[in-house]
Amino acid sequence: MDLKQHYYEDVSLFSSATIVFWFTALALFLALFPLVVKNYYIYLANYIAINIIIVLGLNLLVGFTGQISLGHAGFVAIGAYGTIILMTKVHLPFLPALLAAALIAALFGFLLGLPALRLEGPYLSIATLGFGLTITQIIGRMDLFGGREGLHAPALTIGAWHLDTDVDFYYLLIPLTGLLTLAARNLTRTQVGRAFIAIRDADIAAETMGVNLLYYKTLAFSVSAFYAGIGGGMYAFVLRFVEPEIFTLMMSIMFLAMVVVGGLGSIMGAIAGATLLSWLDLQLRNILDIPYLGDWLTALSQSYFSITGVSNIQFIVFGMIMILIMLFEPLGIYGIWLRTKIYWRTWPF
Amino acid sequence: MLDFLQMILSGIAVGSSYALMGMAMVLIYKTSEVPNFAQGEMGLLCAYFTYMLLDGFGVALEIAIPLTLAVAFALGAVLEFAVLRRAKNPSVLSMIVITIGMEMVLLGLVSWKFGADQKTLPFPISPYDSVALGDIYISSLELLTLGIALMLMIGLFIFLRTTRLGMAMKATQQNFNAAKLMGIRTHRIMMLTWGISAVVGCIAALLIAPTIMHPYMMWDPLLKGFAAAVMGGMTSLPGAIAAAYLLGIIENLFGGYVSIEFKAVVAFAIIVLILCVKPSGLFARHYVKKV
Repeated sequence: MDLKQHYYEDVSLFSSATIVFWFTALALFLALFPLVVKNYYIYLANYIAINIIIVLGLNLLVGFTGQISLGHAGFVAIGAYGTIILMTKVHLPFLPALLAAALIAALFGFLLGLPALRLEGPYLSIATLGFGLTITQIIGRMDLFGGREGLHAPALTIGAWHLDTDVDFYYLLIPLTGLLTLAARNLTRTQVGRAFIAIRDADIAAETMGVNLLYYKTLAFSVSAFYAGIGGGMYAFVLRFVEPEIFTLMMSIMFLAMVVVGGLGSIMGAIAGATLLSWLDLQLRNILDIPYLGDWLTALSQSYFSITGVSNIQFIVFGMIMILIMLFEPLGIYGIWLRTKIYWRTWPF
Repeated sequence: MLDFLQMILSGIAVGSSYALMGMAMVLIYKTSEVPNFAQGEMGLLCAYFTYMLLDGFGVALEIAIPLTLAVAFALGAVLEFAVLRRAKNPSVLSMIVITIGMEMVLLGLVSWKFGADQKTLPFPISPYDSVALGDIYISSLELLTLGIALMLMIGLFIFLRTTRLGMAMKATQQNFNAAKLMGIRTHRIMMLTWGISAVVGCIAALLIAPTIMHPYMMWDPLLKGFAAAVMGGMTSLPGAIAAAYLLGIIENLFGGYVSIEFKAVVAFAIIVLILCVKPSGLFARHYVKKV
């Protein structure tokens, strides 16, 4: 079926011409997309792109390296606040500010990676969870960060390009997402990515085979935090406003859910999971406007539940998705895709 | 000095609810190695169930409380049977994700049914009365929490040490397969453990509900209880209890002497520091994994 005859076929970026064709088609579609759709869908695409960036980073950490992080909202917050403050207080231009904020996030990732060297399972999850909560508390209590009121994003210009509409952000975000996806893909098919996978499968065995745990585990945390920092910086501008209430534990859980639903340890899975759950997130916020289902839910809420709490259905939906994926398809959407592909390739046998 | 004693006493009172949550989590973690993030929301559901019985149906408190405890037991057992046991790939990460999923479903159900606003549980002991012990004060609800927590700890201790069922639970914890070979119905033991743990969590929630009652009320106790359980070593009941009281006291002293603003997060800073030094917590033997 998939006979590989050379080592380089195993690590090549595109395995066949068909895939190159489909990626070109996707790139063309993404380039022309804003010309044909309403503004809301461009906002939706931006929101999805940001989540893809963050989830790619988280997947490098959780899916490839096997470390748990329940504090990723903390890194996103550092990226968001860092970019705004570097632009307004230090007067850096946008791109250096974004990069610097992401590097600050990566530094925090490195620091969090140090205790993670000795921790695993529930111990690691409580340490990262504590990190995320602490960052939100500190941001909410310090005047530099605007306290509870939050901060407004400044006007955004890159050279002579003034970005003020969603379409402008779209044309900044999509190439950025593509670039970061390519970077993540490249990382996973080099020595570094293999070291990550070795650590995930058995860290002690990896260490005896010569994988430097100190280096690679902290690297995984830093890279993951860097992605979250970039995502956070863009998040601040797409929302145009940040406040500590955004970066809660629930946000970290949502990112983890995206990773798990998409598929642990797969780049395409991260993209699929982020796309599906971000879309669902925005759809479920006004669930009562959905035709038929909305009316039925209104009636159900009025007779058995309360109409004021109906937006909480999104928690039920996300929770059910997480449970069902874990119970029936631990590899997520990517696993479903793999099985479908194999089924059709060997069909009718 | 008086301030100091008062802070310690309040710390002990707060620590009791952390201890209850920590105990509930340790019970589950010991038998099934699942860090149960749904513990808080299981309690939340039970607290709102009591609220519904008392406020909506006018059931007497003496009937409502035992009924709630029975529901809590059933909820825990059913969740173990229907969800956790079905997991194909019981790695720590997938267990964490499943319990977080259950947490979200329960949270969504409760807030869909009751809305996000603050409710008041009609409880006979008001959180605003206080009892004087010499010159320091403790509210009567806190005193009740402390008393119930102590009673539960002693009760669980005796139960696990002396009864047949307790012994069977311990055997299951130590070696699942060997216990099965000895004729212990290990799956049933798991269900029972989840049930008992849900009851402990439910008691914690019922004791918190008179003071604050909204859908997110269990997040702080859950996280602090989890932090205490981790600090105590995740597998040691006395460890979790000691760590919970320690956390409560440190938190209050930190709030009193250093900064009231960062009181809520000091627990996590301490946790990270302690875990850096003792990666398996304060009271557990360090377990070295084989390749």
